[in-house]
Amino acid sequence: MREHEIGPLPGIALPPDGLTQFRNECERLGSTCAEALRLEDVPREVASYLASKQLEPRVVLWHELASLDWAGAGIAIDDRPANGTDRVGVTGCFCAIAETGTVLLLSLPSRPKATALLPETHICIVSKMRLLDTMEEAFARIRNEVGEPPRATYFVSGPSRTADIEQTIVVGAHGPYRVHVVLVP
Amino acid sequence: MQVTSMFFKKTASMKLDDPVLQESLRKFKGKFVDARARAVAEVDAWETVRSHAARLRDHAIENLDAYLVEFERNATRRGATVHWAETAEEACEIVVGIAKANGVRKVTKSKSMVSEEINLNERLEAVGVQVVETDLGEYILQLANEPPSHIVAPAVHKTKEQVADLFVAAHHKPRLTDIAAMTREAREALREHFLTADMGISGSNFVIAETGTTLTVTNEGNADLVTTVPRIHCVITGIEKVIPTLEDFATLIRLLPRSATGQSIANYLTLTTGVKAPGETDGPEQMHIVLVDAGRTKFVGTDMQAMLRCIRCGACMNHCPVYQNVGGHAYGWVYPGPMGSVLTPTYVGIENAGDLPNAATFCGECAVVCPVKIPLPDLMRKLREKQFDRKLRPWGERLGLAAWSYAARRPSLYAALTKFAARFAAFLGGKERLIHRLPGLDGWTKGRDMPAPEGRTFRELYGERQRRKASSADERR
Ligand code: SF4
Repeated sequence: MREHEIGPLPGIALPPDGLTQFRNECERLGSTCAEALRLEDVPREVASYLASKQLEPRVVLWHELASLDWAGAGIAIDDRPANGTDRVGVTGCFCAIAETGTVLLLSLPSRPKATALLPETHICIVSKMRLLDTMEEAFARIRNEVGEPPRATYFVSGPSRTADIEQTIVVGAHGPYRVHVVLVP
Repeated sequence: MQVTSMFFKKTASMKLDDPVLQESLRKFKGKFVDARARAVAEVDAWETVRSHAARLRDHAIENLDAYLVEFERNATRRGATVHWAETAEEACEIVVGIAKANGVRKVTKSKSMVSEEINLNERLEAVGVQVVETDLGEYILQLANEPPSHIVAPAVHKTKEQVADLFVAAHHKPRLTDIAAMTREAREALREHFLTADMGISGSNFVIAETGTTLTVTNEGNADLVTTVPRIHCVITGIEKVIPTLEDFATLIRLLPRSATGQSIANYLTLTTGVKAPGETDGPEQMHIVLVDAGRTKFVGTDMQAMLRCIRCGACMNHCPVYQNVGGHAYGWVYPGPMGSVLTPTYVGIENAGDLPNAATFCGECAVVCPVKIPLPDLMRKLREKQFDRKLRPWGERLGLAAWSYAARRPSLYAALTKFAARFAAFLGGKERLIHRLPGLDGWTKGRDMPAPEGRTFRELYGERQRRKASSADERR
């Protein structure tokens, strides 16, 4: 059986740092990016994003994020898995990948995939410490930290889209219409 | 899907005369070609990645048995049930059996070409299961009751007006023609199905042996809903899709979206491994993986084996001048374009696929763009040879080839015949040097003129040149 041989890397002219590459790729995919100086500032950042998109300040989120001061930022929260009626879902991620502007999420009982998938707006909190260059590095990290991929291991690169009618790209197919990344230290 | 490939020639000329189809193809032509060219240009190591990918696919196929068993072991360990289907019939029986055993009433489906191969929807509907296609293109075709005409963009042959009519009939809402609004209407119509289906059926772009993982690659996110919400997830895929490791997936995914649509990455790459863990609120309680042969092992160990590397990106058809002009339905089965011209004759029998290996200009573009370096024109040439050997070509063509091979083995006869033919063709061409009609071979002159040759053969010109060289060398001496 083969070992985990890593194939040739793409040789994409990477900007000097992964963060710039990540931001550039996000923009290309139609995701938006913002930065919070501390994790505690995330609710305020989310509030200003929701206001700028004229969205109601109410989010469904992963349990681990519920302890942030959302009320202080004027946001009502639902601390449960998302269902078909929620408008905004807030999640964390396992890591992010600079090469393609991608966030990688892993399923866990406390981290339901529905929250990233069902609402029209997905807000994803990404720690800059967990920004990797390539998918190969992400797989190595899964082996190190988790052992093997959990039930759902999903790479999200921008809002959902389709071009099935006359090859015209429309953003917002079955998944979220908007993906907003909030970078934290 | 019914195989109608033996009528390629007839269907192709009908398609050429179909103004609506020609309009759709006009909009399609070039779009994917340009997008791919831009995306490939961004990757300096493109050729190295391609070669590595071709090698790793070969390695997987040469060790198919070992990797499939490894995959089964790991998938089973993670709680999935692996089923093996030697034929299309068996594959359908397995899926229908799972549906019946679990009282499934509604199935949501993300795009699966294998399910098209085996007519799965029909079989499920026959036992009273409602099947809802959720990829927008496949959904449109399900409403139209038509097969896909492209493996990546299945409804590429439909104009938005046709889609608007289908939506009015299905959704009973005012007619929309704005593509974004139409997409939103379809999203709303399908959301309900996503949340109420008992079983989700997906394909799997690859299956990963080391982890027992199946996976989907989509832009719409429909496969994520199909594999997350229902209590049963059924994967149906070909046995050749197996790859050894996660790293191999990373390599192949650099090639697939770029080759298919010119995207650097697809929006959703979703690896699914096993069933829902205790305490999880989403994910299936049962996961079934149906590994389908249905003709694939016929390639293994033959001179056609390279075809099994195919990662279903569609680049070969996007770049094919024949596909660009006749569309996918003319090919008469699930797989159109150059890859279909190789797959169909082997899957359904060369005697049922008449003209497909000949539906090519041999411009070679398909082999140039294929991300896993499948020598498609060579494979088509091999199929042509097989057709000739098995006397499956029309007698006129066989007689012509026999006569040509007789002459080609006799140099002086060949020289005399070509000398005559070149002069005769030059005469036919007249002053304009264009032949308007070739009796008996009107395929060459229907709709275009054939440029006439100069009147002398290559051998004559070459001989003359050699003599001139020799005499000038003599003079210099
Ligand atoms: S034959 Fe090559 S180009 Fe054609 S679909 Fe398969 S992988 Fe893509």
